[in-house]
Amino acid sequence: MNAIKNYVKRLFLWELIQGLRVTGKYLFARKITVFYPEEKTPLSPRFRGQHALRRYPNGEERCIACKLCEAVCPALAITIECAERDDGTRRTTRYDIDLTKCIFCGFCEESCPVDSIVETNNFEYCGEQHNELLMTKEKLLALGAVYEQQLAKDRAKDAAYR
Amino acid sequence: MVTIEIDGKPYQAEPNTMLIDVADANGIDIPRFCYHKKLSVAASCRMCLVEVEKAPKPLPACATPVSEGMKVFTRSTKALTAQKAVMEFLLINHPLDCPICDQGGECELQDVAVGYGKDLSRYHDAKRVVFDKNIGPLIATEMTRCIHCTRCVRFAAEIAGVQELGATGRGEHMLIGTYVEKNVASELSGNIIDLCPVGALTAKPSRFSARAWELQQHDGIAPHDALGSNLHFHIRRNQLIRVVPKENEAINEVWLSDRDRFSYQAITAKDRLTQPMIKKDGNWQTTDWETALAFATDGLKAVIAKQQAQAIGTLASPTATVEELYLLQKLTRGIGSPNIDHRLRQIDFSDQDNAPLYPALGCAIADVENSDVTLIIGSHLRKEQPLLNHRLRKATLQGNKVVLVNPVDYEFNYPIAAKMIVPPSDLVNALASIAHALSKNRPKKILSKETNALLAKINFNDAHKAIADQLAAHDQRFTILLGNLATSHPQFALIRAFAGIIAQLTGAQIGYLPEAANSAGAWLAGMLPHRQAAGEKANTVGYDAEAMLAQGLAGYILLGLEPELDCYDGVIALQTLQQAEFVVAITAYHTPTMESYANVLLPMATFAETSGTYINCEGKWQSFSGAISPMGEARPAWKILRVLGNLFDIKGFNYVSSEEVRNELRTLVGDKTVNNHLQWQLPEHLSNEQIKGLQRITEMSIYTTDSLVRRAPALQNTVDAQIATGAHLNIHTANALKLNGHQQVEVMQGDNRATLAVVLDERVPDNCVLLYAGQTATMTLGAWDGTISVTGVSA
Repeated sequence: MNAIKNYVKRLFLWELIQGLRVTGKYLFARKITVFYPEEKTPLSPRFRGQHALRRYPNGEERCIACKLCEAVCPALAITIECAERDDGTRRTTRYDIDLTKCIFCGFCEESCPVDSIVETNNFEYCGEQHNELLMTKEKLLALGAVYEQQLAKDRAKDAAYR
Repeated sequence: MVTIEIDGKPYQAEPNTMLIDVADANGIDIPRFCYHKKLSVAASCRMCLVEVEKAPKPLPACATPVSEGMKVFTRSTKALTAQKAVMEFLLINHPLDCPICDQGGECELQDVAVGYGKDLSRYHDAKRVVFDKNIGPLIATEMTRCIHCTRCVRFAAEIAGVQELGATGRGEHMLIGTYVEKNVASELSGNIIDLCPVGALTAKPSRFSARAWELQQHDGIAPHDALGSNLHFHIRRNQLIRVVPKENEAINEVWLSDRDRFSYQAITAKDRLTQPMIKKDGNWQTTDWETALAFATDGLKAVIAKQQAQAIGTLASPTATVEELYLLQKLTRGIGSPNIDHRLRQIDFSDQDNAPLYPALGCAIADVENSDVTLIIGSHLRKEQPLLNHRLRKATLQGNKVVLVNPVDYEFNYPIAAKMIVPPSDLVNALASIAHALSKNRPKKILSKETNALLAKINFNDAHKAIADQLAAHDQRFTILLGNLATSHPQFALIRAFAGIIAQLTGAQIGYLPEAANSAGAWLAGMLPHRQAAGEKANTVGYDAEAMLAQGLAGYILLGLEPELDCYDGVIALQTLQQAEFVVAITAYHTPTMESYANVLLPMATFAETSGTYINCEGKWQSFSGAISPMGEARPAWKILRVLGNLFDIKGFNYVSSEEVRNELRTLVGDKTVNNHLQWQLPEHLSNEQIKGLQRITEMSIYTTDSLVRRAPALQNTVDAQIATGAHLNIHTANALKLNGHQQVEVMQGDNRATLAVVLDERVPDNCVLLYAGQTATMTLGAWDGTISVTGVSA
């Protein structure tokens, strides 16, 4: 009985039709292709992209060199040196993130007691040379300035859940 | 013994020990802040509350003596609730600034809060804020973090023996401070950094430079005083961040002197020599090791070829390790020169053949506490060996006596039973008079005929008798300690002789207070003109340090010293070296003065960068390995010397490790023991010459003793370093010279002169001027003794 059934199915290309039905369904369905880079998908406020260091509204850098991010980083991508600044406060003299080591787990952001090191929603960074992916304190602070509005907005949105 | 029960298990304990001690001894964890095993019990933090059966309320374990049948519960609901409540109170005013606090990660408050506190705070009101105090260059304060455990206050009063810290106000208004704004000046002050359970007191030199979890701990031995305190280096990325004490009950207990704690700063000093340098055609140039070593060997060989091997002299600092000193003397003797010495600050070598195997304390360090009477001759012990002084302080607190014979009325942090302050010129006579006074009511036969005859010629007065009376009792354990001011005295041999006579009369034990970390090691290593390694008599007796510099040899090898600052007579040392044909300096630093006399500068590793051994004053060999790699091209000095030995084709220089060198010496020393009670020579009669004019008294200040401490900026800013400048004289002398206290004076010693500020100092006897050596200001004056003149410079 089964043999006859299979013979008929094969004769009328039943499985092909079944497959083409899926194709046909998507041929007329609404398209979800995003025309990157002209179009972009929406990102969660918790998206973990390239890093930045933030400043307070008065322009003072947030980072206090507590080194929790360095300690928590599972990829050992963060290197910090700190010293006393002339005004007696504790500041970093060096804050490096090696983006080629970073696994974007977001632990640094989570561990930061002053919301200084953050991950922006920028995932479209690249470098032609290795050292362009080695972020320094200056680069990170500059990124922080660029993304500050977005960062503040994302943090406000997520505040209720933190 | 009583039996108590803690958490259901029975334990044996001595009656009246505190509960917390029994728990600690048996590994039961009880949280605490104010309790410290070396300090008195304050019971002020209440963190150690535990439940005791039949007690209506929880009791503090640190202040509850154990008794038979006591049942204690450290983890019962009642105990835990009490601990939780105390923790909550402590955190009310403690700021949540752990991320910027240097204590973060090693903080007792953090640990206990995690272990015994609540998860969340219920406190939402304003917190207390306290203004910080500036208490000196060593300790950073953040007084808002203080939880009023008073460990620092108790340390200052009980251990440091100075009332420098205290608490004013009570309750929430209680403040820890120095009463009046001033620097904490104790030589042990750094210990309050370790004692502080929170981040209120932290180390200023290493402020904000590392977190506790980044540091790797490495054992080491302190390179300054002769105790050889055990310490831990804390290292981050091959950088020495700080030094903390390592507990060793037999040596430093749990403490560390400031000098040992902060001298590490010198490792990264600006003038550190990181490349071998040679002087070619009058110009200095950096070069590689091969060239430099060949240049050094060729230069020395040229000197030997031109004159003879005896024209080479070797001087080393007694802060070098045993291995370095042993190889250095082996190298020098291998070349064929007997001129070897490390006794840079001694001038009287007349009885060096009678000297013991090495200058030893004569008993264990901890045993100093048990001496009923201790006579200190010529020592500013408190600054020379701070932790040995602490042992004597403990002794006096038990009722033991300390008697002083000193050229300056130094301040001690414990009561002195009797003291005699005499100018250096009278020191020998004073000791002779004391010996005479002592011999009066004792059988004559104790002493030899000649000694009795000599003593009979000496007068004594009531003051001498008063000292003698303190030393006289028969049933006492009596120790005589000879300090740095005795060793550097121009009549050291006689001082030793009379100390020996006093010891003979009273049955005392003689002890030396060696000046540097490895003075004992230098003697054993054979870094002496008259003795080879392990105290064997040298075949030819060479020049001692003083003669070597006075004679003017053609070639010198210097190890780790700055002769102009380290030697007895810096002026002559510098002149001689500048006139020498060829000088090889193995040094960690590079100074303009060195450029003026040396021909080769070989960069050596400092104490944390090299492996080696120090032998302390009780004769204990303490080996250590390098904690960090040497800076730049610097190499451990034992390796440099090994290669030099090879270049000179001296046999037996193929050491692979410093342990091999040490073991070789260890085998040579075998089981030789030191005997401080040796023979001495006495003159027919003592000269009673009165010195006319002003006498110079010279002391090595606590923070100028060696190249390392001189380069530690934090130490150089302390009160002790700052008072060690200028010409110190008392008000009578100043009045006689028509000087006032705020004046510059020209000090002249022979043809040498220096301009210094007058410091009125009541400790100095009449007609004497106290100068501190080891610094550039007094370096130009020459020898440490003699007469000087002081004239005011009109401003």
